[in-house]
Amino acid sequence: MLWLVVAYLGSLVVMFTAAFWRVDSFTGALIRVPTDDNFRALVEQSVYRRVALRSLGVAAVVTVVDALLALPMAVYMAKVASPRLRNLLVAAVLTPLWASYLVKGYAWRTMLSGDGVLNWALEPLGLKGPGFGLPATTLTLAYLWLPFMVLPIYAGLDRIPDSLLEAAGDLGATAGRTFRTVVLPLVFPALVAGSIFTFSLSLGDYIMVKIVGGRSQLFANIIYDNIGVANNLPFAAAAAFFPVVVIVLYLTLVRRTGALDNL
Amino acid sequence: MTLSRRARLALRLVMWLGLAVIYVPLLVVLINSFNSSRTFGWPPQGFTWRWWQATANNDGVRRALVTSVIVGLAATGIALLLGTMLAFAVARYRFFGRDVVSFLVILPIALPGIVTGIALNAAFTAGGFPFGYLTVVVGHATFCIVVVYNNVLARLRRTGTSLEEASMDLGANTFRTFALVTFPQLRSALLAGALLAFALSFDEIVVTTFTTSPGLQTLPIWIFGNLFRPNQAPVVNVVAAALIVASIIPIWAAQRLSSESSGGRL
Amino acid sequence: MLRRRTMGRRGALGVAVFAAVTLVLAGCGGSDSGGDGGNGSSALPSPPKMELPQTLGSPEGELNIIAWAGYAENGSNDKSVDWVTPFTESTGCKVNVKIGNTSDEMVTLMKTGQYDGVSASGDASLRLIYGGTVAPVNTDLVPNYASVAEFLKKRPWNSVNGQMYGIPHGWGANVLMTRTDVVKPAPDSWGAVFDANSPYKGKVTAYDSPIYIADAALYLKATKPDLNITNPYELDDKQFTASVDLLKQQRSLIGEYWSDYTKEVQAFESGDSVIGTGWQVNANLINGGTKAKVSAIVPKEGSTGWSDTWMIAANAKHPVCMYKWMDWIISPTTNAQVAEWFGEAPAQTQACDQTSDKAFCDTYHALDADYAGKISYWTTPTTSCGDDRGNVCKDYAAWTQAWTEIKG
Repeated sequence: MLWLVVAYLGSLVVMFTAAFWRVDSFTGALIRVPTDDNFRALVEQSVYRRVALRSLGVAAVVTVVDALLALPMAVYMAKVASPRLRNLLVAAVLTPLWASYLVKGYAWRTMLSGDGVLNWALEPLGLKGPGFGLPATTLTLAYLWLPFMVLPIYAGLDRIPDSLLEAAGDLGATAGRTFRTVVLPLVFPALVAGSIFTFSLSLGDYIMVKIVGGRSQLFANIIYDNIGVANNLPFAAAAAFFPVVVIVLYLTLVRRTGALDNL
Repeated sequence: MTLSRRARLALRLVMWLGLAVIYVPLLVVLINSFNSSRTFGWPPQGFTWRWWQATANNDGVRRALVTSVIVGLAATGIALLLGTMLAFAVARYRFFGRDVVSFLVILPIALPGIVTGIALNAAFTAGGFPFGYLTVVVGHATFCIVVVYNNVLARLRRTGTSLEEASMDLGANTFRTFALVTFPQLRSALLAGALLAFALSFDEIVVTTFTTSPGLQTLPIWIFGNLFRPNQAPVVNVVAAALIVASIIPIWAAQRLSSESSGGRL
Repeated sequence: MLRRRTMGRRGALGVAVFAAVTLVLAGCGGSDSGGDGGNGSSALPSPPKMELPQTLGSPEGELNIIAWAGYAENGSNDKSVDWVTPFTESTGCKVNVKIGNTSDEMVTLMKTGQYDGVSASGDASLRLIYGGTVAPVNTDLVPNYASVAEFLKKRPWNSVNGQMYGIPHGWGANVLMTRTDVVKPAPDSWGAVFDANSPYKGKVTAYDSPIYIADAALYLKATKPDLNITNPYELDDKQFTASVDLLKQQRSLIGEYWSDYTKEVQAFESGDSVIGTGWQVNANLINGGTKAKVSAIVPKEGSTGWSDTWMIAANAKHPVCMYKWMDWIISPTTNAQVAEWFGEAPAQTQACDQTSDKAFCDTYHALDADYAGKISYWTTPTTSCGDDRGNVCKDYAAWTQAWTEIKG
């Protein structure tokens, strides 16, 4: 147990130390002299700031979209559907997790393509699909992570005893009021738990944007392009600080809400 | 909750709409696996079993599938063992740094896969470990442990220690208690965790890319390499369609089992 | 169960100790000792000294190579296109091929030490040589090398001080691909992909690698003579900025940047891309299918291109198999097959008798040293400008950073 935990943390430490080094631009050899060149480049050049903000934006939109879609679905599943239907629905929401992430992305690529399903369906309405690009990426990511949002919310709602809701009703609250004042506060940690997944998964994703993103790039691509392609581990490691810091911050903020118990 | 008929209707609508959104792309994949056109123009021009036959004969797919299954089972096995142990430690004992541990454990799943991948790659390279099955399994185990840990922890917190203490009072030693009292309570949580861990490992591409060796391909790696290839893309589609269909069984089973404990939980 | 109580306290200490140990290991092990950390000064340090093998033993039974798409076909793309299986049958070396999408990727993959060889273009080969990643080749051990075209031997990108570091594979140009049914009239200039008022806005494609900056420079060499660009890989500040600006402007026309060749094929077939830079093999694949037809030309400004060399890794685990592969791939029959499948000029002069299309070598100017000299082969930019400007040119690190900016 110990060696595994430690191996993971140790490897993170190794990687982040490399962020302070640089590579010889011609041979690619690692120069182990501490320098903050990488961080300076990341902060000073506007393109990195732009891409970072863009990625944060995409991650946020994906989270919001998923939350908006997942909440009513989860409410239906937990409180309205019959017990038998409930099991079916949970299974139905879980099944797509087994369909390969890549294939789902590829399915969206064919759907969004010039001669794909989306354009074919929208044509009679005189509209056109978004094609490849940032909206397509956001759409696809929101699609991919939806089950990760639905399930924690469902679990959270499930834990709310019906008696509580009936009591609220007895005290005179309408359904809307009950939802706003009783259900929402109780399900909030679960909502946040789901958001951890959608947010971090979106922030770290570099593959989907390559499949449906057209010419756009997200921050994770910068990390990947520098490690997988340019063999510049120090720069990639420095860039990796960004999502890690964001997520660790998010997790610390979120700990108070008790979301971590709801995962 | 007393909901008006309109509200129930609206919710039902959103539910089915959501399910439609979820399943339409999967249906597209399924239909395309029979599409006679190689490049999936829509609407499909013809119907054919050709791709299913080609997939059955495809060597690369078979090997990748076997690799994925082996890796998945290994990672899930490790995760079950270590995740349960860790959950017990956190739930039952107080020790220095307990909060930190429960925070750290989330990291593999919260941090982007690419970070985990690069870190492990750098560490393995620096340590001189040969890349292969072991490195891939280790990479997968990091996030599989989290999944099992969460499930078991939640269950332990809910069931409490009273039954165990009662059993010990009645004279059973630690192992007997575990086998006869604790384990049965945990069983469905373990199963749900194992299934999810296996699913995550089976579908994992990012960390695997950084921890595998040239000859070793898991199914997602194979898919990624063949995704756009004109002659292989239909095979990829078939693989995906087959996975979707095949996955209904374990999901259903997991659902039945964890339904005793009021619904699925990640 | 009681053991776990002490684990926590020791745990934190263990983390610290292990982390320290890993750090030290990382500090000692890891990168090559050769090649001092020069930042591309004009006098390149010598490549690390390595021994040349004098004889070949028996094949090891396995081979891991990195290849450009189409260079190592094993029947999975097209059942009749396969020269890997015969190789395995004849030598017993089972071949694992990893497709490298860009030169950068190939350098990175080679540096992992897990591969025995690579088909390197000029913008990767020197980096590999000076980084100590590849070993010099004893050409006496490669019988078919003797009949390789003379103008490919001992060139700046595949040799140092007269010592060959690889076996030439073939060479060709990056072509301008257009959908014949969509792009009318057929363009004859790279201006078609740089034209700010292009009617194909949103359907233009470009190669996703910093080396593409050279294509912009090549275009500017013809259209903006006052910039005095002589070599698109030796760009000083003014020339570099002009090229980068052109590409930033081009971005609004781009639908997709491609590095995976099959992605470009699919994009052209579905009409998501209709014009852009591509490889002959992509055009061949598209035209071999039924969905679309494309034309592929070298425009009037000329083209960037590549001259590829098979190189062997410095500590290859299967060196004999690699030598056998190098000999196999430039054997007349195989080299002819590769050249025809990919659409490039073969390095092997005797391959011209073996091509199924008898005019193949003429079409691709395979034996024409003059023509070969006109292509701007991919090469690694360094600070050295190679002329009286001195060391003020942009090196590859600058190109890489600029590329990130261009993509935005």
